[in-house]
Amino acid sequence: MSSNPPKYLSTTNACKLCAPLGASLAFKGVAGAVPFLHGSQGCATYMRRYLISHFNEPIDIASSALGEKNAIFGGGPNLKLGLTNVIKKYHPELIGVATTCLTETIGDDVARFLAEYVREVNDPTLLPRIVRVSTPSYSGTHMEGFHAAVTALIEALAEGGEANGTVTLLPGLVSPADLRHLKEIMAEFGLGSVLLPDYSDTMDGQAASRYEKIPAGGTTLEQIRSTGAGRAVIEFSRTLGESPSGGTVLKTRFGLARHRLGMPIGIRESDAFLSLLAELSGRPSLPASLQAERGRLIDSLIDGHKYLFGKRAVIYGEEDLVVGITAFLSEIGVRPVLCASGGKSGHLQAAISAVTEDFLPKAPLVRDGTDFFEIAEEATALAPDLIIGHSKGYHLARKLNIPLIRLGFPIHDRLGGQRILHLGHRGAQRLFDEIVNTVISHKQELSPVGYSYM
Amino acid sequence: MPQAALLEERHEQVHRTGTAPCEIACDKESLAGAVSQRACLFCGSRVVLYPIADALHLVHGPIGCAVYTWDIRGALSSGPELHRLSFSTDLKEREVIFGGEKKLKAALLELIARHAPKAAFVYSTCIVGIIGDDLEAVCRGVGAETGIPVIPVQSEGFKGNKRAGYHAACRAMARLVGTGDTSGISPHSINILGDFNLAGEIWLVRDYFKRMGIEVVANITGDGRVDDIRRAHGAALNVVQCSGSTMELAKIMAESYGTPSIRVSYFGVEDMAASLYSVAAFFKDPAMMERTRQVVRAEIDAIMPELKRYQEELTGKKAAIYVGGAFKAFSLVKAFRLLGMSVAMVGSQTGTKEDYQELAEICDPGTIIVDDANPLELTSFLEEKSVDIFVGGVKERPIAYKLGVGFCDHNHERKECLAGFAGMLNFAREVHASVMSPVWRLAPRPARPTA
Repeated sequence: MSSNPPKYLSTTNACKLCAPLGASLAFKGVAGAVPFLHGSQGCATYMRRYLISHFNEPIDIASSALGEKNAIFGGGPNLKLGLTNVIKKYHPELIGVATTCLTETIGDDVARFLAEYVREVNDPTLLPRIVRVSTPSYSGTHMEGFHAAVTALIEALAEGGEANGTVTLLPGLVSPADLRHLKEIMAEFGLGSVLLPDYSDTMDGQAASRYEKIPAGGTTLEQIRSTGAGRAVIEFSRTLGESPSGGTVLKTRFGLARHRLGMPIGIRESDAFLSLLAELSGRPSLPASLQAERGRLIDSLIDGHKYLFGKRAVIYGEEDLVVGITAFLSEIGVRPVLCASGGKSGHLQAAISAVTEDFLPKAPLVRDGTDFFEIAEEATALAPDLIIGHSKGYHLARKLNIPLIRLGFPIHDRLGGQRILHLGHRGAQRLFDEIVNTVISHKQELSPVGYSYM
Repeated sequence: MPQAALLEERHEQVHRTGTAPCEIACDKESLAGAVSQRACLFCGSRVVLYPIADALHLVHGPIGCAVYTWDIRGALSSGPELHRLSFSTDLKEREVIFGGEKKLKAALLELIARHAPKAAFVYSTCIVGIIGDDLEAVCRGVGAETGIPVIPVQSEGFKGNKRAGYHAACRAMARLVGTGDTSGISPHSINILGDFNLAGEIWLVRDYFKRMGIEVVANITGDGRVDDIRRAHGAALNVVQCSGSTMELAKIMAESYGTPSIRVSYFGVEDMAASLYSVAAFFKDPAMMERTRQVVRAEIDAIMPELKRYQEELTGKKAAIYVGGAFKAFSLVKAFRLLGMSVAMVGSQTGTKEDYQELAEICDPGTIIVDDANPLELTSFLEEKSVDIFVGGVKERPIAYKLGVGFCDHNHERKECLAGFAGMLNFAREVHASVMSPVWRLAPRPARPTA
């Protein structure tokens, strides 16, 4: 249920993006895939630009580039022509077709167009896999689009068969650095795993001597197929609720055990994830390297605790990220005073309560379906010391003259957003050091003395 | 081999100079599946009107179109900054089914009451055209209720390309022009059309005009103000930069008010000087012409010593250009020449046939000229020509970098002032900083033929 009725009718400086962007990003995490938006040319171009400004990578998103006639008579012919052109030029293994508000509103039957397309080509065996997802921008946010694409991939590709023992990990929207760390953790536990999507290489590539039309990397189609015969699926989300998800498909269709955990941010949420992996791998305890990482983290929390105690923070972003960060802040003595998101799953309030009730005397104010106008209004009254979220909170931080800790997506005003690590104890360590040092640095800047020791 | 990157339908949108007369096809809808670098009609309208700083810019549609254009341009304002906020009606499924007019009206009233803007522009997006909201009627009603001009912009994305969006923006502005008081305007007066005050460029240009003794009535649209645009018809001349974006307004003003116009460019020493001289020539005032000479001389003297240093190091290097409008490309070709560099490829998103023919004439033989390109084409051209620097916008940047090529952002998001004489020096610095960086020595650059 909604935690708060909208205060205003208009939206100012939205704290969310539209669904096709999330779907495009998810498709970028599949090996050999090209995302394809069925709509106006502008949608693909705007989203490319938005993603490029964060990831600093070439990001090709094709478009059916509908014109006025197509909007009246239907977008089928342009969709088919677009697919043919993408196949000719990119030789993809998969095309992820996401709809937009235009094609949803004119009522294009994309499933039928695609079936016709496959029938019309001479040799359908030469076609790449085409996976379609419905992502009207008037419904949900980029997160709904992201989850819908992951769900569509599993629905279209996962197969049953002889049990292969694989653990499928559906992390949601996290950074390439997070994805790399998750793979490392799975390997530490010796678990055979499939990470979907995996844009750790495609969206954070290396300098190379040849230009790759489709950058190497990503979850392979074979890996996605194998998920149906796996033993378990883990999805990071405390806000998905009954919405369709990849985990639910694997559970209901193939009988996999589905484990839903919060994003592993901070101590307890990371502990829960690692305990589950220990259980799944049949290990009595954590691998030594991860145990040591956790130990160092706790040690550092003690070293830095006094700088943070009682500091007030405003957190915003995608709902699951906000939940994870809030969980962590409550562990280190920072008081989350406002947890805000443009998303509106209806589960944010409950999730925030669940991760804070043992650690906070009073639950923070939660605002879902909100925008930066409202966040600014609330924040001004709450007198925070810190703002934590993606780079679009910069205006607010500047106005309140307090530091912004940048994390999540997008980071448009700094380099390296794709390399920000949030997950696991290692992510918490990085985050903790940054938060403490930001507070110390802010105090140092304002100090008339300018101490050279902490 | 480079032709392999071209889809059949795209062949006639690429020309190589020196082979035959330039008969390039352009102003077409982008090809499906070609991954065009273009945006849509909405984008064209939004970028042109965006810098009008005391107007409310409300995007009527689902959230995407508004959020991707939030604070997107580096267009500075000397006063109000309402243009830097992103307003949306954030339409949901409910409104898509039952219509968005009620929400639009309520949102407009709410925002006008909150911000007291001088005018409001309401941009229609794709689905508004489909669900059939009567924007005109809502805007008329709210205008009457609030007493400010509330102007619909017919900018449904699918109704055409970016160029068509420029026209929609110009038609919207034309509804403001002619509604203000023109008393007290000097006979030596102009409107500046087609400069967007990126990184303060229009302030620089206005300063040149001031020193020449010219009054600027309205900035259209960089650092723009509603009241200035309302009295723009009182200016003696429209000085129009940027081929596509505001020419339509100049045409409308010529028809309605008989305002003559001249085309100019503020990029590069040559074109900047020529632009000032042509404005001075229009007023047929010898004293003004003399003042203009003094301005040009002083400005060139101020930048030449440093420019020469860059010239020495950059001579012989090669550049590629892919920009929004072709008119900017002319100036860039000349600017690179001044730096001793050659241009091996030049293209634009929205050039016209005449633009491309003119480009073909000023470019060296063998130059690739391209309309509405895409990443794979650009990649193949850059590889073929092994250039040292690529000039474009944010979407072109990673293409350059992945190929080990330097980059200069000349698009509307840039934070460097590249116009005027001082801008030429900044441009040289930018090009120099990227081309001469030591990082290329460490990067696995593709083999570069030393031709």
